[in-house]
Amino acid sequence: MNPSRLLLIALRALRRNRMRSALTAVGIVIGVAAVIATVSIGGGARAEVEEQVSRLGQNVVLVFPGSRSLGGVSIGGGSANTLTVDDALAIQDEVPEVVAASPEVRSQRQVTYGNRNWFTRIYGQSADYLRIRQWPLEAGRMFDEEDVVRARKVAVVGQTIVDELFDGADPIGEVIRVRGMPLEVIGILDRKGMSLMGSVQDDIILVPYSTAFRYISGRTHAMVINTQVYRSDLMPVAQQKITDLLRERHRLGPDQENDFTVQTQEEVARTATETSRVMTFLLGSIAGVSLLVGGIGIMNIMLVSVTERTREIGIRIAVGAKNRHILLQFLTEAILLSCAGGMLGIAVGAGLSHLLAYYAGWPVHLSYEAMGYAFVFSAAVGIFFGFYPARKAARLDPIESLRYE
Amino acid sequence: MSVLKLEDLHKIYTLGRGLQVHALRGISLSLQEGEFVAIMGPSGSGKSTLMNVLGCLDRPSRGRYLLDGRDVAQLSRDELAEVRNHKLGFVFQSFNLLSRTSALENIELPLMYDKGGLSMREIRERAMEALRRVGLEDRADHHPSQLSGGQQQRVAIARSLVSRPTVLLADEPTGNLDTRTGLEIMEIFQELNDRGMTLIMVTHEPEIGRFAKRRIVMRDGRTVTDESTADRANAREEKNKLPVLVEEDEEGVLT
Repeated sequence: MNPSRLLLIALRALRRNRMRSALTAVGIVIGVAAVIATVSIGGGARAEVEEQVSRLGQNVVLVFPGSRSLGGVSIGGGSANTLTVDDALAIQDEVPEVVAASPEVRSQRQVTYGNRNWFTRIYGQSADYLRIRQWPLEAGRMFDEEDVVRARKVAVVGQTIVDELFDGADPIGEVIRVRGMPLEVIGILDRKGMSLMGSVQDDIILVPYSTAFRYISGRTHAMVINTQVYRSDLMPVAQQKITDLLRERHRLGPDQENDFTVQTQEEVARTATETSRVMTFLLGSIAGVSLLVGGIGIMNIMLVSVTERTREIGIRIAVGAKNRHILLQFLTEAILLSCAGGMLGIAVGAGLSHLLAYYAGWPVHLSYEAMGYAFVFSAAVGIFFGFYPARKAARLDPIESLRYE
Repeated sequence: MSVLKLEDLHKIYTLGRGLQVHALRGISLSLQEGEFVAIMGPSGSGKSTLMNVLGCLDRPSRGRYLLDGRDVAQLSRDELAEVRNHKLGFVFQSFNLLSRTSALENIELPLMYDKGGLSMREIRERAMEALRRVGLEDRADHHPSQLSGGQQQRVAIARSLVSRPTVLLADEPTGNLDTRTGLEIMEIFQELNDRGMTLIMVTHEPEIGRFAKRRIVMRDGRTVTDESTADRANAREEKNKLPVLVEEDEEGVLT
């Protein structure tokens, strides 16, 4: 039998029971849409991580505190108080490959201006921070060495702060308050846009690290030291020298582990990418299960419909259908349903991804590869789960079938 | 030349525990082209089994079945399907139309399985032609549920004719119909027969058997009588004798 004839027979059969056909396909639609959406979100997250890390700046080496271990149990990187401001200064002064080093301390604080207030992140950094990040100013100036040494109450603000506290008006020279402490705005950062998982990078206030330690954070140790190296080929040397220097400063014996981690931006990127890849895989697997459930749904409905359509099968056999015609018809029906469901699922998944990108502000990266796989997989689901019911239909006895009520 | 010939046909069903049912015990008969045969007999006489074998839905256990000069008794399932598709037309008691499918598409069904490579347009034209032959061309798009019993049976007849079969097999074709519509179906059968179609009809109603040219009575898997109908009735005349505007209950009285 030629394929177009077979297709027509299957389409007519599906049309006879539109509701059942639609509901069968819905299982696949949900499964494929879930896979596409999760893969898109995961892909977006990964692309964002890569971009964000690349925006850390050129030739950046990051020093994190930890991993500290308690009784042999690591309690995770970044949680320890092992990095001091003096460590940062020592790196800058004693490692010749290093251009600049900035000890970082972060706080989340309520900031007020007049009768307006805004909850934001306050970063304590050195005067070199913007150079390390390659982040230009839009207006005003960055705080300088003098401001840092004297722990002056000055601030450089991001675009979100300008929008939220000043309604877009020029904030330079104005005084904002953090827990009653005044901070004079001296500069405005260029707009950076969204970062991973929708946090706005422009939602930031930079202050000298000395000011942050003394008046804002209540901490005594740096959470990270941002370091810039002259050239990319000097990175491994710089990493080694920083490690040696800090081991010496922290008086670590040869049998003791580092109480800090030195990583290049590439290594950070790799870690972050790996994390988001694992996340995507996990979410994708869960979505894959729903696709499997959709496939079983098809088999279920096809099996029920073989019984329900016994007489139809009998009639077809009586007028001259061969067993393989019946087998192919039921198989084609299953494949048509799963492919239609697959295509619709891709559309729904893509739409869902865009909706998430638009409303939740999540970065989304539509993968055509994933779409291809999802489609092929849904077709395979149709063949796999359609075969058993189709074979059952083809094996019916025509005489019994014609008498079936 | 005989269109259909059975020689000492046996059918034995083997049930569980070696129990055997001898449904056909040596049937021999020969049909010429243009015959109209009624196979009659009480239930259990083997007429349904005979019909299944004649219809190539079942294979005989023993004996020969020549259709158009070819022994179809031992053909494979696929070959039997082709014989059903090309040589035979079926009309059933319960019409056996596909529900939620238009009359036209129901009639197209046998041609969908035709090996001849007909185009969809040719299929549609032939289906339409068959529908015209049973006088239902204005009901092409109606689903079976939108048609009366008589109309459904006419669609079923159109379907059985569409592949231009050698023999038309009807199994209790009037069993689900009232007297008037039953006569209408017989009228169509007699018309088809007049134009040369060979018909075999199974019925247990002597009234209906009168419309055939030849009557075979079966009992216990054997033919007991096989004779031409002396008092052959004309379906059109009988229908015209019925009161013109019959109510449903009056019709019941007439039967």
